[in-house]
Amino acid sequence: MENITIIESLGVAILGVSVVFVVLIVLMGAIAVQNVVIAKLEGRGKKAEVKPDNTLPAAPAPAAAPAKLAKGSCGGVMLHDVPDATAAMIMAIVADELKTPLNELRFISIQEVK
Amino acid sequence: MEFIGTIFSNLAAQTGFAYFTDFRQVIMILLACVLLYLGIVKKFEPLLLVGIAFGMLLTNLPGSGVYHPELWYASGSADVNWSAVLHDGGLLDLLYLGVKLGIYPSLIFMGVGAMTDFGPMMANPKSMLLGAAAQFGVYVALVMAVALGFKGSEAASIAIIGGADGPTAIWLTKTLAPHLLGPIAIAAYSYMALIPLIQPPIMMALTTKKEREVKMEQLRPVSQTEKIVFPIMVTIFCCLVLPSVAPLLGCLMLGNLFKECGVTDRLSDTVQNALMNIVTIFLGISVGATATYDQFLKLDTVKIIILGLIAFAFATVGGLLIGKVMYLVTGGKINPLIGSAGVSAVPMAARVSQTVGQKCNPSNFLLMHAMGPNVAGVIGSAVAAGFLLAVFGG
Repeated sequence: MENITIIESLGVAILGVSVVFVVLIVLMGAIAVQNVVIAKLEGRGKKAEVKPDNTLPAAPAPAAAPAKLAKGSCGGVMLHDVPDATAAMIMAIVADELKTPLNELRFISIQEVK
Repeated sequence: MEFIGTIFSNLAAQTGFAYFTDFRQVIMILLACVLLYLGIVKKFEPLLLVGIAFGMLLTNLPGSGVYHPELWYASGSADVNWSAVLHDGGLLDLLYLGVKLGIYPSLIFMGVGAMTDFGPMMANPKSMLLGAAAQFGVYVALVMAVALGFKGSEAASIAIIGGADGPTAIWLTKTLAPHLLGPIAIAAYSYMALIPLIQPPIMMALTTKKEREVKMEQLRPVSQTEKIVFPIMVTIFCCLVLPSVAPLLGCLMLGNLFKECGVTDRLSDTVQNALMNIVTIFLGISVGATATYDQFLKLDTVKIIILGLIAFAFATVGGLLIGKVMYLVTGGKINPLIGSAGVSAVPMAARVSQTVGQKCNPSNFLLMHAMGPNVAGVIGSAVAAGFLLAVFGG
């Protein structure tokens, strides 16, 4: 393949683009399958963890009332490996950068990217 | 007095000035100083460019004897006389062994893997399409390099500059066209540093204001188990499909496994910091040493610099175009700007997507969405390099 013509190089280019796409599309499919399988396995594991213990007498637990939100609150924010103080600081910085009052923003979750 | 005169004349004959035989050596020394300026003052990929420029400086100082190109290219790249290298080689000849044997690029990839979070890509696997599309530049440059008269193996080495991945470019070039290693490495790293200048005009030209303002949905959290299984699965799959890519992709995924598995924190830390820094020094200085005046100051170098720019531009175009297709297919849920991050250059290209997106809509945060195509681009460029090696390396 040392002395290659332009037409041959076009063929190699088309084949090369196809190979990259095929490999990454198959990988994409494999990741999707992996995600589903792992989600199911983890879901099953969690269900097994919360299975009620039949040896203990069943006591009817009163349904916990959801905590009342503070006035003007937009709801809760999920924190993943982020201390409360850091989360508060991040939300304040974002509000300041966007020039938007904090109570007009809705934070869904804050996660530390490691 | 005659005795003193003899001593002075002997000393003068042994200085480097006596070995200046070609004005191109002076040009290369000046060029090395310009690159040092760009690395130190302008901060263009300084961690590598400073080492590369200094290697270039050392190798072009006459009489230094730190690097001997004739040991590597005398009898063709495939037939290196290893015992001569060990016996007669200078310091940089010995360090260059790590490049020639493909050790440094693979170890750099291990460090990159240990510093990379594949979570955004796993949360949105469709972003892999953007990483694949951005390899378009590689193949455009391949055809153009052949049209400009380069041999197949040389064209493939030049084309991989479009992968925007320095270690991959070095890894492929050291096998296919080692005599072009200096210009290709310098072009690859220079353009990676210039991504914030190269990409935005293309991004603005190919997207509408409405497309650039698209806010994307938040990515789902990815579990630790998924992150641990991912590098193992990718290694098995990709190395079975393209075995030639095993050193690069295997090391990338091993580094990532060190990071994610949670039981090798010490190794992950070493790979990310100490090992990465040591290999970066060796890689930079030995790659720079290959840029000797007789190898570098050629018309081919100018062609490589131009082809590298074309490769980068078309890589950006490829990612953006597929981004626009995904925008249309998903009914406007994907911001096409994240497509430009498909050129690997982690995380610079993703930052450019974020910056351009936020200019159009200050409340838009594209960074994590752009990291998906960005890390997919690393895998994509490794696959493209593996393909080119399989085709032209035989």
